[in-house]
Amino acid sequence: MAEYETIEFDVLIIGAGGAGLRAAIEASSTGISVGLVCKSLLGKAHTVMAEGGMAAALANVDERDSWKTHFADTMRGGYYINNWRMAQLHAQQAPDRVRELEAWGAVFDRTREGKIMQRNFGGHAHPRLAHVGDRTGLEMIRTLQDHGIHQGIDVHMECTVTSLLMDGDRVAGAFAYARELGKFKLFKAKAIVMATGGIGRAYKITSNSWEYTGDGQSLAYHAGADLIDMEFVQFHPTGMVWPPSVRGILVTEGVRGEGGVLKNSSGERFMFGDIPDNYKSSTADNPEEGWRYVTKTDRNARRPPELLTRDHVARCILKEVKAGRGSPHGGAFLDISWIKEKIPNAEAHIKKKLPSMYHQFKELAGIDITTEPMEVGPTTHYVMGGIRVDGETQMSTVPGLFAAGECAAGLHGANRLGGNSLSDLIVFGKLAGEHAARFAQENGKPAISDADVNSALLEALAPLDSSRATNAGGAYQIQYDLQEMMQSNVGIIRQEDEMLEAVQGIEALKQRAANVAAPGNRQYNPGWHTALDLKSLLLAAEAVARSAIVRKESRGAHTRDDYKNKEEKFDSVNTIVRMGKDGQMQVTLESIPKIPAELKQIIDDHK
Amino acid sequence: MARVTFKIWRGDKQAGEFKEYNTEVSEGMVVLDAVHQIQAESANDLACRWNCKAGKCGSCSAEINGMPRLMCMTRLNDMNLDEPVSIEPMRAFPVMKDLVTDVSWNYRVKKKIKPFKPRLPDNDDGSWNMQQQDVERVQEFRKCIECFLCQDVCHVLRDHHKHDEFIGPRYFVYNAALEMHPLDEEDRLADLKKSQGIGYCNITKCCTKVCPENITITDNAIIPLKERVVDEFYDPLTKLFRIFKPRK
Repeated sequence: MAEYETIEFDVLIIGAGGAGLRAAIEASSTGISVGLVCKSLLGKAHTVMAEGGMAAALANVDERDSWKTHFADTMRGGYYINNWRMAQLHAQQAPDRVRELEAWGAVFDRTREGKIMQRNFGGHAHPRLAHVGDRTGLEMIRTLQDHGIHQGIDVHMECTVTSLLMDGDRVAGAFAYARELGKFKLFKAKAIVMATGGIGRAYKITSNSWEYTGDGQSLAYHAGADLIDMEFVQFHPTGMVWPPSVRGILVTEGVRGEGGVLKNSSGERFMFGDIPDNYKSSTADNPEEGWRYVTKTDRNARRPPELLTRDHVARCILKEVKAGRGSPHGGAFLDISWIKEKIPNAEAHIKKKLPSMYHQFKELAGIDITTEPMEVGPTTHYVMGGIRVDGETQMSTVPGLFAAGECAAGLHGANRLGGNSLSDLIVFGKLAGEHAARFAQENGKPAISDADVNSALLEALAPLDSSRATNAGGAYQIQYDLQEMMQSNVGIIRQEDEMLEAVQGIEALKQRAANVAAPGNRQYNPGWHTALDLKSLLLAAEAVARSAIVRKESRGAHTRDDYKNKEEKFDSVNTIVRMGKDGQMQVTLESIPKIPAELKQIIDDHK
Repeated sequence: MARVTFKIWRGDKQAGEFKEYNTEVSEGMVVLDAVHQIQAESANDLACRWNCKAGKCGSCSAEINGMPRLMCMTRLNDMNLDEPVSIEPMRAFPVMKDLVTDVSWNYRVKKKIKPFKPRLPDNDDGSWNMQQQDVERVQEFRKCIECFLCQDVCHVLRDHHKHDEFIGPRYFVYNAALEMHPLDEEDRLADLKKSQGIGYCNITKCCTKVCPENITITDNAIIPLKERVVDEFYDPLTKLFRIFKPRK
């Protein structure tokens, strides 16, 4: 029988991106023992790839900004199915969390007065994103990492959790393998915080790394937690489209925030042609006004249509491509080089404000963005849905199990605004860490049964069973097949029959995954890891597909060809995914609690 | 495009050797794409690290045709594909398996460097005022993605194995980012001189050459730190003053 090492903590954090690190720092500040488990090396999590900035109503650039405006923008961007309490807390607390990063060593770009600089972004009424060029995520993760390593947190790198262990209804621990030698670890904990990120690897064209396989969503689901709003997958409008090997890699919204424009093959700025009614009054109707907005030279100028919400911009690009007006490789043109007509030193300005974009296109596509346009198209970027949490405490529906960041749901509703993700991580990472620590202090040690540990262990070892038929490329091929299917059947534009087909397809893939074989031994074996990730990935894909079938309307990032409009009956419901008593996935609709009058008033005031 | 031969180092702590793999290469592919393709086609258990595939996370460091580089930023069409492309793990660190090395030494080194210690805030809300021109120099250092290629190429570590006495270019850059941070009040010069071995660096600039973020490691970070150490500990005039006015 294989062995395992047992390690005990008061609070265990799973995931070491922005949310996980912030939760770990908060929990350990209360003096309890904290463990942090991450799939990669510390500092390499997906947060590192965030580019544009973190949204916080600091009002450094435009003093008219306030938490109320930020709250109203977030709710409108999310089509009002957000968890309003989370949207409120987020808008209120984000400025303090950003200033805290500065106190821990972050070095943001500055305004002329020496304050933290803020930039324009889609759906935000004022320049709101604190940033460092276009590498804000790196700044955030490095700041949290460099601060966190001095807080007594016990970090387990390159360690992947495969099951949660329970004591009755309460979470009690996590079973994991350590990549280097493939040895097992049993983490016992009084409380666990999920901070595992998203599900982007379920799609073929994605900006997400190998880590994004829906682990947190799947672990929580199997522990009995509710997931909500899984149909809302954000397709970022601007991913690279050429060459094929880089397809999907993110091109920051910051390009448009700095004045970049979208054009079709006939050179037309097509975004002016389709401005949704609820954004008409706040969107420029001519290029000149848009430019005055971008350069902050006219306080009353309205934002250019390139800065509409991501769901809308992604659909507009698709429409151009479908109408035969796309770029040579099936995208649209994104041009920042044109600003040389407007400002001197445009080349230096672009390199200063968008250094990693300049680098990325130069190195990977051989394109100089200071002189020529980029080709861009939608790429899977983010999941708004995830683990259902209490707005105040971030606890899931399972006692002792908390969630923060992308794997949690509620803040963003049907569509996330750019920049609200990084601020989400630090606001709710902190709250999750704080409340998980409190839970650990108020509750005794849970018990874990040997039988449960044993079955977790056997499940993890199963793909290495040499009696299974080895089918070269097994785990990888299942992943590719899933990605192909999700991309074509549950992608940006959806319809019922295709999604039903996907659900059936997922069932078939589950059967294949149940018998997948991984050649080689336990030592740093990516084939084995890919096989183990399949369980989460398939669960996440199934939750997306089934939820998308139930929401028979188009709203935010969820666009259906067979239900093209927003429907009133879906105006204030969340889609709930949970495991039924028979072990099958159940999807239901639940009403959102009524919004308090004062918050409703804020929304109305900002309409 | 064509079928290309890759010589990939396979093995672990005990032993290893180059093995040849053949795979189809298409337009725009980078070395990491080829490694993934080989992994999926014929070597499921081939170990390599990667995350972002866009030069932002610094995970996929390796030695490609003998040069320390990020696999995700090395395009195949910039290379001679008539010859086999060799890919091997970083040589300044112990191998774990195949292309994966044990870089934990770097994490231990960082922990020993005195953390950021800001002066009191300038404003009531806990914030500070800093000018862009004053933060730019530090922002260059903070671009570091911790790929450890500079550590890999540094002969003090690679050839002389001074891991116990010398912290390497990455951590001089880290020190510089802290020392030159407009808000920081800590003093790290004694550590740099004694336990961190800055004197071992003889400014051959190999680190600067391999940095994928184009950080001017030697000129902007290491040399200014060396100058500060010299001013503090070796300047005869300062020494003279100290005799009459000792440090607190």
